[in-house]
Amino acid sequence: MSNIPETGRTPRVQIRLVIIQVLVFSLLFTLGGRLWYLQIRNGDEFTDEAKSNHVQRVVQPAVRGSILDSRGVPLADNETRLVVSASRTELMKMKDDGKAVLTRLAGVLGMTPKEVMDKVRLCNNETPQPCWNGSPYQPIPVTDEATTQQALQIRERAEDFPGITAEPTAVRRYPAPVKANTAQVLGYLSPVTDEEIEKAKDGDSPFLRSDQVGRSGLERTYDQELRGKAGVTSYEVDKLGRVMGQTQAEPARPGSNVITSIDAQVQRVAEYELNEAMKTARKETDKVTGRKYEADSGAVVVLESKTGRVVAMASNPTYDPNAWVGGISGKDYAKLTGDGSNYPLLNRAIQGQAAPGSIFKVVSASAAVRAGYDFDGSYNCSSSYSLGGQVFRNFESRGYGPISLGRALEVSCNTVFYALGHKEWQRDGGNKPKKNPGDWFYKTAHDFGLGAKTGVDLPNEVSGRIPDRQWKKDFWKANKDIWCKTGKKDGSYAEKIAYENCLEGNRLKAGDSINYAIGQGDILVTPLQMAVIYSSISNGGTLYDPTVGKAVISADGKHIKEIKPKSHGKLPIDAETVGKLDKALRSVVESGTASWRFQGWPQDKIPMHAKTGTAQVYGKQTTSWFATYTDDYTIVMTISQGGTGSGASGPAVRNIYEAMYGLDDEGNQDLSKALLPKPRTALPKIQPDGTIDAPKVRPYEPEKAENAEQPEDAEQPEDADGEEQQPDAPDAEPDTGEQDPGDDLLAGPPGRRQP
Amino acid sequence: MPTGAKSFSVSGYGPDRAGMWHRITARDSVMRRLDWPLLLSSLMLSFIGALLVWSATRNRTELNQGDPYYFLFRHALNSGIGVALMIATVWLGHRTLRGAVPVLYGISVVLVLLVLTPLGATINGAHAWIVISGGFSLQPSEFVKITIILGMAMLLAARVDAGDHPYPDHRVVAKSLGLAAIPMAIVMLMPDLGSVMVMAVIVLGVLLASGASNRWVLGLLGAGVLGAVLVAVLGLLDEYQINRFAAFANPELDPAGVGYNTNQARIAIGSGGLLGTGLFKGSQTTGQFVPEQQTDFVFTVAGEELGFVGAGFILFLLGVVLWRACRIARETTELYGTIVAAGIIAWFAFQSFENIGMTLGIMPVAGLPLPFVSYGGSSMFAVWVAIGLLQSIRVQKPITA
Repeated sequence: MSNIPETGRTPRVQIRLVIIQVLVFSLLFTLGGRLWYLQIRNGDEFTDEAKSNHVQRVVQPAVRGSILDSRGVPLADNETRLVVSASRTELMKMKDDGKAVLTRLAGVLGMTPKEVMDKVRLCNNETPQPCWNGSPYQPIPVTDEATTQQALQIRERAEDFPGITAEPTAVRRYPAPVKANTAQVLGYLSPVTDEEIEKAKDGDSPFLRSDQVGRSGLERTYDQELRGKAGVTSYEVDKLGRVMGQTQAEPARPGSNVITSIDAQVQRVAEYELNEAMKTARKETDKVTGRKYEADSGAVVVLESKTGRVVAMASNPTYDPNAWVGGISGKDYAKLTGDGSNYPLLNRAIQGQAAPGSIFKVVSASAAVRAGYDFDGSYNCSSSYSLGGQVFRNFESRGYGPISLGRALEVSCNTVFYALGHKEWQRDGGNKPKKNPGDWFYKTAHDFGLGAKTGVDLPNEVSGRIPDRQWKKDFWKANKDIWCKTGKKDGSYAEKIAYENCLEGNRLKAGDSINYAIGQGDILVTPLQMAVIYSSISNGGTLYDPTVGKAVISADGKHIKEIKPKSHGKLPIDAETVGKLDKALRSVVESGTASWRFQGWPQDKIPMHAKTGTAQVYGKQTTSWFATYTDDYTIVMTISQGGTGSGASGPAVRNIYEAMYGLDDEGNQDLSKALLPKPRTALPKIQPDGTIDAPKVRPYEPEKAENAEQPEDAEQPEDADGEEQQPDAPDAEPDTGEQDPGDDLLAGPPGRRQP
Repeated sequence: MPTGAKSFSVSGYGPDRAGMWHRITARDSVMRRLDWPLLLSSLMLSFIGALLVWSATRNRTELNQGDPYYFLFRHALNSGIGVALMIATVWLGHRTLRGAVPVLYGISVVLVLLVLTPLGATINGAHAWIVISGGFSLQPSEFVKITIILGMAMLLAARVDAGDHPYPDHRVVAKSLGLAAIPMAIVMLMPDLGSVMVMAVIVLGVLLASGASNRWVLGLLGAGVLGAVLVAVLGLLDEYQINRFAAFANPELDPAGVGYNTNQARIAIGSGGLLGTGLFKGSQTTGQFVPEQQTDFVFTVAGEELGFVGAGFILFLLGVVLWRACRIARETTELYGTIVAAGIIAWFAFQSFENIGMTLGIMPVAGLPLPFVSYGGSSMFAVWVAIGLLQSIRVQKPITA
């Protein structure tokens, strides 16, 4: 063979073979390099992608925790209902977008096809309720009131109802024990939105598509605790969705229960009495306007004086929170939020703002003491106070002569505070303010927590406002354009005001300070803010953050997180002054403006303190304020357009106290009838399995109307003169809107006290 | 397939059986002369391929007829038949086969033509198969690769090996190109563009190694580039076709089709990391996210489950095969052997590069198997016959020193 010429080894061929070899190996190195790039350099990125590729999460929703009152009575819990839901994604796959299926469904459920379709459509700016506000990928509940019969029909004819499910589901329930509806405090739920899911995605507690989220009230504040954690089982699936294995399983953790300091029975009393007081006020005629009182809204707050815990909080008008369960119907939604609704969703105890009127005088008195005035000094209670051409009257044109600040509180003398407010304004430089004005009246209001949120554990609390210099400036800046446009020097009253405001609305004027000193004018407070202030006078000066939640207890009962009372400061006055205020407020009950409402009260056993207030609102009837406290509790009630403090709110507040302490009208205490003679400190009993004992509660039975006719009681005491006049007493018309009556200008007839 | 293979290798044109047998057994040196690195690397690749195919098909119940070992067994069987074909090829010897080339060529052309008749079948979107019976099917284009190499080598080397010319002249080159063009045109009609691409590269490799004038090589390359430019400029392709082609670089262009495949393949390989998830433990593989994973995308199994080390080892083994093939091409004394070896190098190198390159996202997606590793009888038989040819070239060259 060796004689065969080496034809395969010519130089040309050899060179070309080398070229081929070089080409071949550069290709292999290219592959090697790319392999390194994908696997080593960017390997982690692909590992993550591979993970998300093949994991399917199956979600087992957690049962939402209950909200209980301080004895363990459920205010919000769950019940099992048959929920019929429609899957939009399935329906949209059909040729007619599921119309035929929904029409059939409407037939089974006894609804009109339109009703069903409206429930399933998605909300946007133009779509009126009802519409679906949640995720389009989540089954949309059509009804949660399906009967077993209907559910069976749907399930048996599954081929007729593609995309429709009928399953028993735990739904929220607000049982309103002893008719304590507590609506605004509890709040409500609605489905989670896409934005919220996106926002909470990387947080500790990410949302699930099917989640319901607390939108208001306790449901919102304690949403995370109540919601628990849905069980998530991650399955490894293949491309076709077949399960290959289970990677991890996080069992569902049911939501914790929230114990509140609310007492369902007291809450019921508060709601009932507030409503009754408003009904009564509507029968009274306002002497100023000549119309019946509107009493359009009202609120009452019952706090534990020494802890700031909320025992009851009622807001009127109210609504049934069960309307929200399973998606609110269009009609209900309009009823709750429409223009004519008077906004029952508002919690007026924390979201209702009004001028406080004379119940503000405790702040003014404290401000005077801080400014250097002697509490026990002598101040002239004249019948009126003049400023230039303007006369600020004591309304009854009656003076008490020189009296102490304590007595001025007791008889609610306006002129004493007018003068103090005016003097302080002058001391701060008057129309040409000093560089660093003392502003004691404004500073003290801020230090009492006004103009700021109380920190209550309820969402959307409003802060009210203190019309200090800064506010005046800001407000003028925001409004001067309108004022200057509408203002006329010789126009109507409103036009004149606008004209004046345009010129010098940015300055704090003498009239502003004078009005402000008796809680009138631009000042706004919430009932809860006033309750915190009065409870702090009761407890010696500590301003507590009011709390509704008392403890969060895990579903198994093993972990109890108590919510301890927290304070946000002390009153800016020394203990001695607090004591003097306390004494003065006590004499309001014993011999002052509220005494006629507390006839027969066992003052020696349960010392009662009170301050009445009647605030004027431009263009409206007066706001009734009544702030009271004992050693244990503080109750503040307000009724918008309800008349005077003691007149409209007095009897209701007394009735609440009597129910809590178990008193009758004569002041005899029967502890067996007392709902809550002492604040409850202990938590309800928790069983080993985590369930919480709920005691029997008895409904509130107010004394019937026939007992209410008690013409002989409540003679108006002689020393309670001042503003507490018989209805036939001459009423002073305010000279201008700038002038404000003192409190109790229009007291109702004393003999008409409701039980 | 075995039937097809048999008809392929058992040829009536072989030399006298007894004589050949005698010749081989008489040479006790044959075993020593075999290129062992080449053989062992090929065996190793087939073995790894068996594992990867097994891993990829274990769960694919709709493919494996409920038997997780179905593909493992078949792959091993194919490899065994392949090795037997290699032995047969070595026994026959490439020179002996040289005489049979016209017949083999004729048979392979007839076979590819059969694909275009009703006997042809479409499997996995490629109309490239002949279904024989009993679940056996044949992909004749795999064998055409061999016959093109052999046929061209025969033509190009005939005068040179006879010592008439130092290099093949133009007439011979043109003739050899014509010989290659006929089956390529038929395969193009199937259409099986991937195979045509491989054949074109084989033709280039063969021409280079034959010592044909540079004009032919450059002319062919130029024609290819010109054709591609013309197609692009004249807009002969629809946009979706271009998108499908370009989807390997940007999966967004064809997210449901090619883009999905490349994306999943890249995820599978990328998630392997250095050491891989371990055989049978890859989530992409067990989850069947990569389509055609036992055939065209078998490299992704290696990437995911064996990691950079395992996938790199496959590249290394392929490198060894190509290195030994290059050695054989350079060391053989006959131009015929050189051309055959070079054709095989071009075939293996390009097909491996295209197959692995597409799983790595640097080459467009084409349905080509990875030599030795991918599941598939025809392909397995063809590559082992090619190894047999290489071994035969080595064995039959005069012993040097």
